[in-house]
Amino acid sequence: MANLKNVTKKTKAQAMGMHTEVLTGRTQQKFFNPDEAENFYYYGTYDVDFNKRTDLDVMDMTAAQANKEIDNLMSQGYGTIVIKNPQGKHSIGVGILNKLNLIFEGSLGYFGIGSCDGPIVRINGRVGWSCAENLMAGKVVIEKNAGSCFGAAIRGGDLICKGSVGARTGIDMKGGTIIIGGDAGAFTGFMMQRGRIIILGNVGINLGDSMYDGTIFVGGEIGSYGSDAVDAELTKSDQDWLKRKLKVAEIGENFDVSKMKKIVAGKKLWNYDNLEPTEKKGAI
Amino acid sequence: MCGIAGLIHRGKSSNVGHELQGMLQALKHRGEDSTGYALYGDTDGKNFIMRFKVGENVGEGSTSVAEDVSVYDERKKIVDNYLSEMGAKIVKEERILPYSLRYEIEYNKKDLLEFSQKIESIPGVEILSMGKSLEVIKDLGNAKMVCDRYNLDKLVGTHAIGHARMATESGVDIKSAHPFWGYPFSDVSVVHNGQLTNYWNNRRALENKGMRFMSECDSELIAVYLAEKMRDGASLEEGMKESLTGLDGVFTYFVATKDSLGMAKDTMAAKPLVLYESDDLVAMGSEEIAIRSILPQEIDTYDPFDGEVKVWQI
Repeated sequence: MANLKNVTKKTKAQAMGMHTEVLTGRTQQKFFNPDEAENFYYYGTYDVDFNKRTDLDVMDMTAAQANKEIDNLMSQGYGTIVIKNPQGKHSIGVGILNKLNLIFEGSLGYFGIGSCDGPIVRINGRVGWSCAENLMAGKVVIEKNAGSCFGAAIRGGDLICKGSVGARTGIDMKGGTIIIGGDAGAFTGFMMQRGRIIILGNVGINLGDSMYDGTIFVGGEIGSYGSDAVDAELTKSDQDWLKRKLKVAEIGENFDVSKMKKIVAGKKLWNYDNLEPTEKKGAI
Repeated sequence: MCGIAGLIHRGKSSNVGHELQGMLQALKHRGEDSTGYALYGDTDGKNFIMRFKVGENVGEGSTSVAEDVSVYDERKKIVDNYLSEMGAKIVKEERILPYSLRYEIEYNKKDLLEFSQKIESIPGVEILSMGKSLEVIKDLGNAKMVCDRYNLDKLVGTHAIGHARMATESGVDIKSAHPFWGYPFSDVSVVHNGQLTNYWNNRRALENKGMRFMSECDSELIAVYLAEKMRDGASLEEGMKESLTGLDGVFTYFVATKDSLGMAKDTMAAKPLVLYESDDLVAMGSEEIAIRSILPQEIDTYDPFDGEVKVWQI
């Protein structure tokens, strides 16, 4: 093995032999170059006008039909779309890659608002498992409860549930903020890698199990700590950030953040020194 | 994957056959190898209703071996003889399908163990349910197909649980389909979504205590496990709470008795469940769309947490 003291941080992973494969053909590894931003085209995005508003009743539509119709409305420039009668359907409101005001009058099933990048979404009902999975940017607000795997693998944006959420909230999250007004289930923050989770209520067993990095703030009781999740000091800076975030999230504005517990990774299990390439939008 | 659904009306009866059909049909994408219903109908409570099979459905997709219908007739004759020998009088007899029968029986003894063992000593015969309110109906196909085949659409009662099955670890046949009767207890049934990893250890221990297994489906263990706890004097809720540590694996299951409905979720909350609860109705299912099939208006639902056990009375 190479002498790690003599290599830069950037090449340490390669020096340790973690990247030995030879990349060929069309699947070569590519990194975003901010100098090329002007040539960048984000496929599937639209310029929309927030003042152009319409309703869409999806009662008799399949999820695919509903998503296609949302895409069609965005292509016509509609920037505020109100979805009527979602009726717990799965996989609605997915793959939206531009700014949009999307309002659901009702509840969603599994995998709602998946892989989105930029929209502001308000759901007046409940959401099922894996809501907002892979969210990259934007804001998603759920007025009632959410199922398990809430905000799985999100990379950015704000995800807010005013009620309670199920198990494995923020599993594998890589950025962004998740805010829960009520309680959260077992394995919250399981294997999270970056980002922040705020829970105003109680949280179940194995909190932050095997987390690599990131921060979890808990206002209520903790069922138990997971492997490598440890307490950390709640700083003045943390408290200021929490107050700002809760205010923006329109949730728990009068909550006493000074009594919250802060949980971070003990870094005994995992300790990666190479972070992901900066997200393209941040670079722009 | 499998999907489960259940509902209980408190203080009134409703068309639970139709309602459960709608809930299970909404979950058919979770599995349609077989579908089963445990319906608690309105009865006068005098006679037992015995649902039993004398053979398997050998239609498309079945893993069972085809048998001549005359074999079914022979088995039915033996069942009738045994009932007569045990002093059970058949009040009403329905042969819904060549292999599936429904008897209303006058039988005065409370202990169903000896009764069940006698009937099930006939090769190929299985009691699907025995109770004064419970009727377990299960067969291959999705919820609508089974409902149409057995005319369940108009059944009126107080509560019901059901299961849409994707067969993973045992055969595509009626004996492996849910719900499972809590043999030998009258009116107890169970449906399960998940996987039990200490099935064989538990099964061997329970068989040594005289409990019976009809299939190799891990879910049957829950029914037998709870039945054994109740045989030892535990209440339904106590048995369910013990199951959280006694059963290993991932599970969400429902159990129903003559006058109650319960749910339990494993300590890792690995299997889904959405619950709606009001003063007069509790409805729950693997996905919200199951509840939406009977409550299309906006309602408040939630996911029960890990290790949660709940029981509701009619």
